[in-house]
Amino acid sequence: MPEIQLPASLADVEPVRSVRTPAQLDYTFTAGDATTRFLKGITQKKIIGQQANPDSRVYVPARGADPELGAATPIEVEVAQVGTVTSFCVVNLQFYGSGMEIPYTSALIMLDGADLSIMHLIQEIPADQVRIGMRVEAVWRDDADIEPTLESIKWFRPTGEPDDVNVRIPGEIRGTGLGSWVGGVAPTELTVRNPRTGEGGTAEFGGEG
Amino acid sequence: MCDAVTDQTEVGEILSAPLIIEYPFKRTTGPIIGAFLTGLREQVLVGSKAEDGRVIVPPAEFDPVSGNDLTELVEVGPEGVITTWAWVTEPHAKHALDDPFAWILVKLDGADTPMLGALKAPTMDVVATGARVKPVWADEREGHIDDIAHWVLVEGDAA
Amino acid sequence: MRDIAVISFAQTPARRSVPELNEVEMLMPAVHDALTQVDMTIDDIGFTCSGSTDYLAGTAFSFVSTLDAVGPWPPIQESHVEMDGAWALYEAWVKLQLGEIDTALVYAYAKSSPGDLPMVLTRQLDPITVGPLWADSVSLAALQARSLIDSGKATEADMAEVVARSRKDALNNPKAQLAWDRSAEDHLATDYHIAPLRKGDCPPITDGAAAIVLAAGDVARSKVKRPAWIRGIDHRVDPIHLGLRDLTVSESTRIAAEKAGVADGKVDIAELHAPFSHQELILKEAIGLGDDVAINPSGGALAANAMMTAGLIRIGEVATRISNGEADRGVAHATSGPCLQQNLVTVLEGDA
Repeated sequence: MPEIQLPASLADVEPVRSVRTPAQLDYTFTAGDATTRFLKGITQKKIIGQQANPDSRVYVPARGADPELGAATPIEVEVAQVGTVTSFCVVNLQFYGSGMEIPYTSALIMLDGADLSIMHLIQEIPADQVRIGMRVEAVWRDDADIEPTLESIKWFRPTGEPDDVNVRIPGEIRGTGLGSWVGGVAPTELTVRNPRTGEGGTAEFGGEG
Repeated sequence: MCDAVTDQTEVGEILSAPLIIEYPFKRTTGPIIGAFLTGLREQVLVGSKAEDGRVIVPPAEFDPVSGNDLTELVEVGPEGVITTWAWVTEPHAKHALDDPFAWILVKLDGADTPMLGALKAPTMDVVATGARVKPVWADEREGHIDDIAHWVLVEGDAA
Repeated sequence: MRDIAVISFAQTPARRSVPELNEVEMLMPAVHDALTQVDMTIDDIGFTCSGSTDYLAGTAFSFVSTLDAVGPWPPIQESHVEMDGAWALYEAWVKLQLGEIDTALVYAYAKSSPGDLPMVLTRQLDPITVGPLWADSVSLAALQARSLIDSGKATEADMAEVVARSRKDALNNPKAQLAWDRSAEDHLATDYHIAPLRKGDCPPITDGAAAIVLAAGDVARSKVKRPAWIRGIDHRVDPIHLGLRDLTVSESTRIAAEKAGVADGKVDIAELHAPFSHQELILKEAIGLGDDVAINPSGGALAANAMMTAGLIRIGEVATRISNGEADRGVAHATSGPCLQQNLVTVLEGDA
């Protein structure tokens, strides 16, 4: 670091080395069309997904666009309130602002009828017994407390059904999403079938080749 | 299960909610900006001397032309002259002054580049480019730009 | 240099607030329109680049989810700049120059309505010596306007002429947000907003999106009758500290215009990204435009100013007028940052 020449008036005082510059920005977040539809469904204790056409993937929660097709998702689809755990993690840290008792489990849950996992809590089972393939169901708040928020579902709990041993990892069928990476192979234009044109893709990634 | 409910129905009122984002930053200043903030705490204004002899306030860490380190800090001000100004009729809650005020760029005595500040003045009619101003120091200073509470016109120099 | 042209341009209507759409929903029509105009899909695009900033709506990494609008699967070559989309176009142009690809999609969007835009923009200032003062973007522009007036280079009446002409020209722009036919005198009769700026000297706050398709050589010629060739493009930046700049000139614009070759031929039209009226006067001088040049026939940023998007729209507006034969050669300028801090100049030209 270069030698700094200070004026005499500052030669013998404790130098400032850091400064706090806190800043707060206030916004009014608007949910837009797709998220508003999803959250209004929640107030009726329905889980509503969207899709671009009757044959394309069902996104829950939807953002209004199908990232495979680059198309709007005008069709609303109610999906099941039961699904399969496709991945999970056990949280052993107390995060600021979280009232959760640790350890607890956050999981990706593929609801029956959906093509995208939602992330939610798993409760009513010890954390060390949660597993991929486990069947779970939504547990809603009391009706009086239902609001347009995903927190209206308190958590998911085991249904007691047998595990789905053929658990469908998101995207596996069409070679997209988490499943594409199973086996340690990254998705590329060569290995993945193009969902718009139907071209390309090796067999394990949904193509013919 | 999973039947299409419908093509889209009217969504009705779009949901919205307050969203507040806070950035609780604590920044490392480095020696040059650190010295500037040290000066504010001590009620001393400093600039850095560029290679062409210009004095830059707030001090620059690097020469604006060559990019070389600047290492010589010199005292400037505390008075200076307004080089440009803008009159704020409706101050924002985040602004330091509650009543209408002027943003000013003020070139401190001994400095060659102006710095930004808020000037407390009764009306815009008394503010002018070229008018002399001086800092009003905050009572409690910690080495922060807010150690200058605001600027005021030097009396007897009203425009 | 490869010949690279703008072959299509689309924008959403500029509105003060688009609460019924999230960012990807708002963007999609612009992307689809730009691709459809030239009968292309994302599968025909070699590189996609976007410009936006997440501070505007306070939604972190929104630029990742807006990519859904293009259908980025299997993984496409893409990139993002936290700058106006004009800089995204520059990146795409550089990529096209490398010769590996023949087409590129560029898009930009902004939802400024959820936040307090002039205050959000304070976050781009020096975080220690300026940011904590919360000097909003309009106030800083007003300091620049006062400097210009004090210098004798322009008057409030000159600014008023810009205001009146821009908003009147905007009557012919179906995408414009502010358009009316009111005289300069009427404007001067209004109260100061942040003196010396009146409300009319300031841009609207806009939600909106835009997209452009670029193509090289024969691909461009096969898609459109008259491609708008990019003959020069350059961008430069002024120092972050306003005190280090002469606010009455735009040195970075001047150099960018020189490097882009503005002076190499006659300029028919210029779309200047001047959010505040006085900035058009500074830019006109910096670029070296004569009085015979039609400036901002679209109404410019005074008619609609979606952040991170209005600069890209300037390029699109010039390209459209070249492709439809209204103009043969034009200049598009884009800016980002306070008081014209960063500037990009593009020269576009049609075949004779």
